[in-house]
Amino acid sequence: MTKTWVTPGGVHPPENKHQSLTLPIGALPIPEKLLVPLSQHIGAPANTCVKVGQKVLKGQKIADATGSVSVPMHAPTSGTISAIEDRPIAHSSGMSAPCIEITSDGKDNWIDHEGIADFEHSSPQILTKIIADAGIAGMGGAGFPSAIKLSPGHQRPIDTLIINATECEPYITADDSAIRERAAEIIEGIGILSHILGNPSNILIGIEDNKPEAIAALQPHVADSGISVVSFPTKYPSGGEKQLIFILTGKELPSGTLPAEAGMVCINIGTTYAIKRAVVNGEPLISRVTTMTGNACGINRNYETLIGTPVSHMLAHSEFNEAACSRLVMGGPMMGFSLTSADVPVVKTTNCILAPSYSEIPDDEPAQPCIRCGMCAEACPASLLPQQLFWYSQAEDHDRLEAHNLFDCIECGACSYVCPSNIPLVQHYRHSKGEILKAREEKVKSDHARERFEFHQQRMEQAEKDKEAKRAARREAAEKAKASTAAATGAGSAADIITAAQARAAAKKVSPEQQQAKFERSIAGAEMRVQMATEKLAEAAADQTDEQKNILTAALNGAKQKLEQAQTRLADHIEQHKELDSEQVK
Amino acid sequence: MAFKQITSPHAHAAQNTTKVMQLLLWATVPGLAALTIQFGWGSLINIVLAVVTSVICEAAIIKLRKRPVAFYLRDYSAAVTAVLLGLALPPLAPWWVVVVGSMFSIVIAKQLYGGLGYNPFNPAMVGYVVLLISFPIQMTTWITPLALLPEGVSHPGIVESLGIVFAGYSPADGVTGATPLDSFKHSSGLVVDQIYQNDPLFSQAAFAGVGWEWVNLGFLAGGIVLLATRIFTWHGPVAMLAAIALMSIIFWDGGSSESPGSPLMHLFSGASMMGAFFILTDPVSSAVSNRGRLVYGALIGVLVYIIRAWGNYPDAVAFAVLLANFAAPFIDNYTLPRTYGHTDRRRATEKEEDA
Repeated sequence: MTKTWVTPGGVHPPENKHQSLTLPIGALPIPEKLLVPLSQHIGAPANTCVKVGQKVLKGQKIADATGSVSVPMHAPTSGTISAIEDRPIAHSSGMSAPCIEITSDGKDNWIDHEGIADFEHSSPQILTKIIADAGIAGMGGAGFPSAIKLSPGHQRPIDTLIINATECEPYITADDSAIRERAAEIIEGIGILSHILGNPSNILIGIEDNKPEAIAALQPHVADSGISVVSFPTKYPSGGEKQLIFILTGKELPSGTLPAEAGMVCINIGTTYAIKRAVVNGEPLISRVTTMTGNACGINRNYETLIGTPVSHMLAHSEFNEAACSRLVMGGPMMGFSLTSADVPVVKTTNCILAPSYSEIPDDEPAQPCIRCGMCAEACPASLLPQQLFWYSQAEDHDRLEAHNLFDCIECGACSYVCPSNIPLVQHYRHSKGEILKAREEKVKSDHARERFEFHQQRMEQAEKDKEAKRAARREAAEKAKASTAAATGAGSAADIITAAQARAAAKKVSPEQQQAKFERSIAGAEMRVQMATEKLAEAAADQTDEQKNILTAALNGAKQKLEQAQTRLADHIEQHKELDSEQVK
Repeated sequence: MAFKQITSPHAHAAQNTTKVMQLLLWATVPGLAALTIQFGWGSLINIVLAVVTSVICEAAIIKLRKRPVAFYLRDYSAAVTAVLLGLALPPLAPWWVVVVGSMFSIVIAKQLYGGLGYNPFNPAMVGYVVLLISFPIQMTTWITPLALLPEGVSHPGIVESLGIVFAGYSPADGVTGATPLDSFKHSSGLVVDQIYQNDPLFSQAAFAGVGWEWVNLGFLAGGIVLLATRIFTWHGPVAMLAAIALMSIIFWDGGSSESPGSPLMHLFSGASMMGAFFILTDPVSSAVSNRGRLVYGALIGVLVYIIRAWGNYPDAVAFAVLLANFAAPFIDNYTLPRTYGHTDRRRATEKEEDA
């Protein structure tokens, strides 16, 4: 037995995993329409590279990664792109986001693809590129692009590779069933990871002891491979990255750092399977194992689900009883989020669809007052004081919240789970985190504005000072001149003063030539603006909304008007001077 | 298909505040049984009177505050406060003492501060201290424990007890008497051994003081049940009892005439066990973290001993708890746990101080 460490806190909710493990991983009929959201991962959304009406093959790329933290998307089946537009996606806010809709042709024809059988002879760079191109993002829930975790250039060499097979959330058995049926391929995937990372000395598969079948399935494949299967007592949330690292290594990840900084890489076991398929079989990530469970469904089992499959399609094939369903959850009962509509698609991070009955997960009781009983603090795996965070969250006391390490909260929900007063604690923390981040952003903005204002103030003061200095100099000069004139003429007459004033006025007056040049310059400027606006409008015509076009058209008209004004003014000026000139000639 | 939007987590443990309070009430049964056996029906009458008064007051104030009455009464917190006050008051105290104390606990100490969860002081102890200061005679008249009743005298029956409580009848001679802590305190000039030989409260006791030792064992038993069911952690109670034990060892003085008494006497007399497991464990008014509760419990233990040994009152749990209630927010600022991924514990006030 490998030594493991015990995390503080944690809870033991009923596991409810057996329901979905009675049947092997099944397959659903291909849905008529699949909906692939462009953002299923952490980072920038992918960029569509197909057009509506275009025919695509299964596995064909339909959206490119944009920037370094992003992954591409691929067609989950063959068919026609039938829409590219905003649709409701699986998100805790119920928001809409850009999606590509594919109408299946039912043929499920693959695009030509080929893998690398002997990956040992390929360089880590090539393998990482394959993983990036296959659109693989962490399938445990966070959806962080896997290739980035594996990319070289870590601050220190990776000595520990941790494979997360904990699956500590109740109900979910996606990883469990995948391990039972696909252990050999999973271990091959781990071999690829190990090769990419330069064969780390420790390769640990962390798994809770409530999955004896999965552990037994892994054992024959890890013999002499340098991979250890480490099982430890079941406790939620052991599968959190920070928790698992502590359980397996006894090391805490310093607050705000990534595992790589401590020489570790932590990868979900479902992801290792996807990596194997990508490298060895040349298949991009277009399907995953998803658990369909809960008493509101007659059939509870795991499905190999195409990414983009509407949840309603899964429900329709699982004897779903809508009237009995208390809520629809994507993910597990601890950290999953509720879906308001079943039309949203399964994405790369969807490990479970939970449709519980009212007796399984009843509606929430109204919250009672917090009595600071401290059960939450006993349950917290991060050793926070949830009850204090709750009070300070209500008081919007951001300083206290930060001093109480709000940002070390992993939102596992253990505190809310045990709270005898039914207070939705995690919701309060999410809100406060959002508020603090907003306040920080605003502070940066206001600091910037203040600096700009102060600089402006300073500049104005300096200008004022300079002016004052000039005035003083002029005054002095005038006084001197006066003194010298007085000395020359004895006494200055009133007529002299008037003449002097007229001379000064004449000097100040701009000559007609200068005036004309000024007008010509303004015409040139206005012409340029008209030209720019016209170009912009032409560019915009292709891919912008009516509203934006309207704005641009208005700008163009404005510029044209200014140009006309300038031209009229110049014409008037020339006219005037002609008259003046002719008068002078006369 | 449309579904409800509900925040995670979706699963919830079966525990709720009502069950916590009910369990707390059940856990007082051994202590109450011991009190009733040793001192008669008085404590039970206290409790009934206090519960009725408290629930009526709570309902009236909640109604006045325009809150749903049934919802708030269901949490049983008023009943808990009432039971704890009833247990703390001398058996056969006049009815108005109990009623005034209960009203003060619920209306002033609890609801005026915002109700359950918002009271900075332990409501039962506020009620108790108000009574102790206002009605010292009624509050210091205790009943003679069963074993020390004179020949032919027994504790008043239920009807007679009601007569004493409501009509002001005087109990029979010999039914009232001093408590061990009281008696010990007033036996100055005697060395501890002499007191233990001469005073029947000690000479006939098994290990601490006649009657009271059983009451304390009863509350200890109830407390252990609550610890086992994880209603609270061990930190507060153990710290308080350890502090009392430590203080009484340090100042034991070899049992001289100046000695404030033995550790066993202090641990198993007066309200020590009830205080440790039922009073200072009130989470609302105590420190919040486990470290904080260690400090909080120890502070109460030290204060209890200081007041008992050198103060004017024979027992001191109520005063000590209220004084520690004052200190709780301060303790909280400096007893944060070390969070995962941090090398040091932080202070709650560090941001304000840095600013």
